[in-house]
Parts: sequence; C-alpha cells; structure tokens
Amino acid sequence: MVGAMTTVPDGLVAVVKRDCPTCTLVEPVLRQLADAGGLTVVCQDDPAFPRDLPVVDDRELELSWRLRIETVPTLLRMADGTESGRIEGWLRSRWESFTGVTGLGEGLPEHRPGCGSRSVEWGVEDELARRYGGRLLTARRVELADLEDDVEALFDRGWTDGLPCVPPTEERVLRMLGGTRRAPDEVVAVVPPDLVECTVEKVAVNAVLAGCLPEHLPVVLAAVEAACRDEFALHGVLATTWSAGPVVVVDGPVTARLRMNSGINVLGQGNRANATIGRALQLVVRNVGGGRPGEVDRATLGHPGKLGWCFAEADDDLRPFPPLAESRGVPGSALTVFAGAGLTPFLDQASRTPESLARTLALVLRTVGHPKSALGMDALVVLGPEHGRVFREAGWDRERLLAELDPLLVLQPEEFRRGAQGIAEGMPDALADRPLPKFRPGGLLLAYAGGPAGMFSAVISGWVSGPAGSVPVTVPIEEA
Amino acid sequence: MARTLLDPTSERRPAERALTPRPPSLEGRTVGLLDISKSRGDVVVDELEALLHADGVATLRYRKPTFARPAPVDLRHEIATHCEVVIEALAD
Repeated sequence: MVGAMTTVPDGLVAVVKRDCPTCTLVEPVLRQLADAGGLTVVCQDDPAFPRDLPVVDDRELELSWRLRIETVPTLLRMADGTESGRIEGWLRSRWESFTGVTGLGEGLPEHRPGCGSRSVEWGVEDELARRYGGRLLTARRVELADLEDDVEALFDRGWTDGLPCVPPTEERVLRMLGGTRRAPDEVVAVVPPDLVECTVEKVAVNAVLAGCLPEHLPVVLAAVEAACRDEFALHGVLATTWSAGPVVVVDGPVTARLRMNSGINVLGQGNRANATIGRALQLVVRNVGGGRPGEVDRATLGHPGKLGWCFAEADDDLRPFPPLAESRGVPGSALTVFAGAGLTPFLDQASRTPESLARTLALVLRTVGHPKSALGMDALVVLGPEHGRVFREAGWDRERLLAELDPLLVLQPEEFRRGAQGIAEGMPDALADRPLPKFRPGGLLLAYAGGPAGMFSAVISGWVSGPAGSVPVTVPIEEA
Repeated sequence: MARTLLDPTSERRPAERALTPRPPSLEGRTVGLLDISKSRGDVVVDELEALLHADGVATLRYRKPTFARPAPVDLRHEIATHCEVVIEALAD
C-alpha cells in the first residue's frame, strides 16, 4: 500500500471504489491486467479492494481529485508522469484495445456504465479544491468566535446592506468562481469611492453574500466592469444627494439561461437572478469601494432599488424593436448600466395610435427631474408589452419613436424660465432665449419588458447626464 | 456552521470587530458588576462596588453560574437591558 503519494507511476492505472457494482464486476479483469504486466489500482473507499492486489489508498481522494476522475472505474495510461489516455466504465472491446490485452473478463457482460467518482460528490469537490488546489483564494480569512452566529457576524462587521447575507465560506466562493473562466486574481475594475482594485475573487465573495448562483457571476462581473467605467461616474452616482443608483438592464441569450424575469412584476421582487445580481453590484460598491450610506453615499431619499436593481428585457417575437444593448452596439448577451433614481409608472389605456401614446409618454418624460428643467437628466423608459404593441403594429421602431418624441420634448422659454408658471425653479436666464430639448442627444433610452396585461409603462429618471454626470454604459457578458 | 469566512471588503480596515465606544464618564450610568464565579471574584467586585458608590455611581450585581461556560443568554440579556457599562471580575 502506498501512503500519501500525490502522483501515480507510469503505465496503466485503474481508479475504482468498492461501492460501485461495475468496479466489483471488473475485479477479475483488474487481476488479469495486473498479471499481464503491471497495473496500479487506486481505490477510493477500501484499501482492501480488489482482494489480493496492491492498492493505492485514496480514501482522502487527493489522487482522484488531481487526476480529475469523474467516473469509476476509470482506466488511465500514464507516460512520463502525464496522462496519455483514459476510458471510463466497462466496455470489453474498449478495454482490450486500450490495454492491448485480449480475453478480458470472460463471462462478464459486454458493457456496464460506471458510477460517479466520490471526488465529485456534492460538496466534496469544493472541499478537495480548497484542500489541494493550493492557495487559490487570497482574500483575508476572518475567523468567527465560538459564540458568533455566522449570519449575525456579517451584520456586526458591516458587510450587509441591511438584509441578511449568505456567509462567504471558502467552499462557496470556490463554487462561485466555477461560474467564470476568468482567473480569480484578474482585476475587474477599480471601484469608487475608495478606488480599490477589485479582483474576480472579491466580486465572487460579494456575489456569495448577495445570494447569487455561480452562473450569475459573469453578469455580476460585467455589471461591476460597466458601473466602474469612468463615463458612468459611479463616485458621483453614489455621493449625490439625489436618489440615483445603478440600474442594470440585461439582454440576450443569457437572460433565458439564467431564467431572469422580463415579464410579470419585472421591476419587482421574486426572481433570484434579478434580485441577487443587482444586489451583488451594490455590495461590491459597499464592501470593496467603501461606498456606504451616511458616509460617501449622501442621498437625501434614496430608493428601494438601491438594494439592487437588475432586470431583463423581454426577448419575445412581440417586441417593437431590437434590444437596448444591441441598439447601443453590443448584440448578444450584454448589459447596460443606467444611473436611475426611481420609478414613475404611468397609464394610458385609451391610446390606440402611436401618435397619441407618444404624446402621453412625452408628457410623463417632461416631469423628469422637474417639469421646467431641460438637458438635465437622462431617462430610461420601460415600455410594457401592451404599449409596445401599439408601436409595433404601427411599424414604429426605436428610431421612429425617438424621432417622433423629439418635437414633443422641446421646452419653450415661456414654460421653463425662472418664475414662469409662478414657480421660482427654472432654467437660468442665459438659456432662456431659445427653445431647449428636454434630453441631450442619446439621453433617452428605451427598454421593453413587463407582464402581458396592462396598458402601462414606466419612466426611470436619471441623474446629471452626459460628460458632466453619468453616461450609460453597455458591455458584453461572458458566455458560458 | 461555517467558522471561517472570506473578507468581502477592500481589507483596508482591521478584520476584528470594533469595540463599543467607551463612555466619557460614569456619571448617571448604571454599572453591572459581573462575578464569573471564580474564587475571590466577590472580593474584587466588593472593592469595585465600594469605589463606585463613593463616586455616586449606581451598580447592580450579577453572577455567572460557572466560570467554565459563557454567561447564559438570559443573564446577558438582563445585564444589557439594565446597565450601560459592565465590569467583569475574573479574579482567582
């Protein structure tokens, strides 16, 4: 018996477990191969199996993990310390051609599938990766005291947004990192306000906190990258007394794969991907960037979406126009971050023509920030399906709708001048000699989502727009 | 239950929990005196109580059932609800 070796000798190697019926079936075959000139048997659960053969005891599963065994029995050929081929399960013809030994297992069935390797059992694989994978993770280890509850401990250390978080254990973080091909030490972004280099690993730790699944991680990584682009001005979005926070709009095949919600209650609660991806981004801002309410975050009011605001655009054949990300030059799986300050839903249950509905939309859009402010803020419109239908059936695409809205969104000096309408608030006199557009060019974004019933849509108002403030950012999402 | 966690922060602050801020003065506050049931713990607590009373500070006495185990939840709750400050006498 060989003790704590971490490699196997050259030649044929069989990895087995007694608990596997196929392994016990091929026990005489293993003996034949050993007699025929050399076989190393590695057993995962019983060093006395197979009987009367020298066995490498791998109850600790280190070898199985290092050899990436997924099925038992697995027959490998090692040459110069590296693997040159493997077969799994029992198939007489393959075993004979693989070993060059004929007449194997007389009287046995021709074929039996193998069983799962102990090293890939649920929870075991993560533990093995932690034990033998080297110090893959570099985040500081925080030991909890005996009397600490592990959820309360997260509150005590200031790591949560006010709701309970999932404790980020090494096993959970390793599992989370399985959701991306990117290296744990790769820097994703420099996160304001503390301007800290944030690695894939740190994003993964916060994704665990937020309650994400590993397959959500690529979306979180893209969201962090997008929100930390200079043009998004995350420091300002965070620090402002205005209510703004990042809103993440996700497009493309990834939304169906992650079963994101783009339908009923799309901007509300109840969908894990929507809820946790947006939350993970905000936890990165809080924990890595150091952006906490009452410190750098000075919002007068804030809004509930600052816990996390992420949704998918509906990708059905009823959509009036292509996805937002595609219109911004990034087709496929992609996301757009927008500095959104809250939701203004509106109804129009009577308009059956695009002209009429566009006028309603323009009236609501005029209230963004203040009805008398022009060129101040961007806006993101979430067009509900029943409103989308009106535009689709009339053949109005995104460009047409935006073009038709333009003249409806021109403010006249007599309506926006300071003091006009008996309201002191208004545009400065220096700008009060000409009509002004409500939005800067490109400052009006249109998305399509929501449940099938209800002639409703919503406007998400923005924050200071353009180069002086925040510009929406669209980035691709790594595909699985 | 998981006992080791990975730090989600920038690691610019110490990992330990910060101590509760110390009161600038004991005036008008109630001080809990906790005898953990080690021998002669009562001597320490008696001395402290006399000194505190001399300064006009209100005190309340508590005793753990045994020094070998953490204080029971009910006792910790009672101290937390009645006192702003607690002094624990380890003694021996």
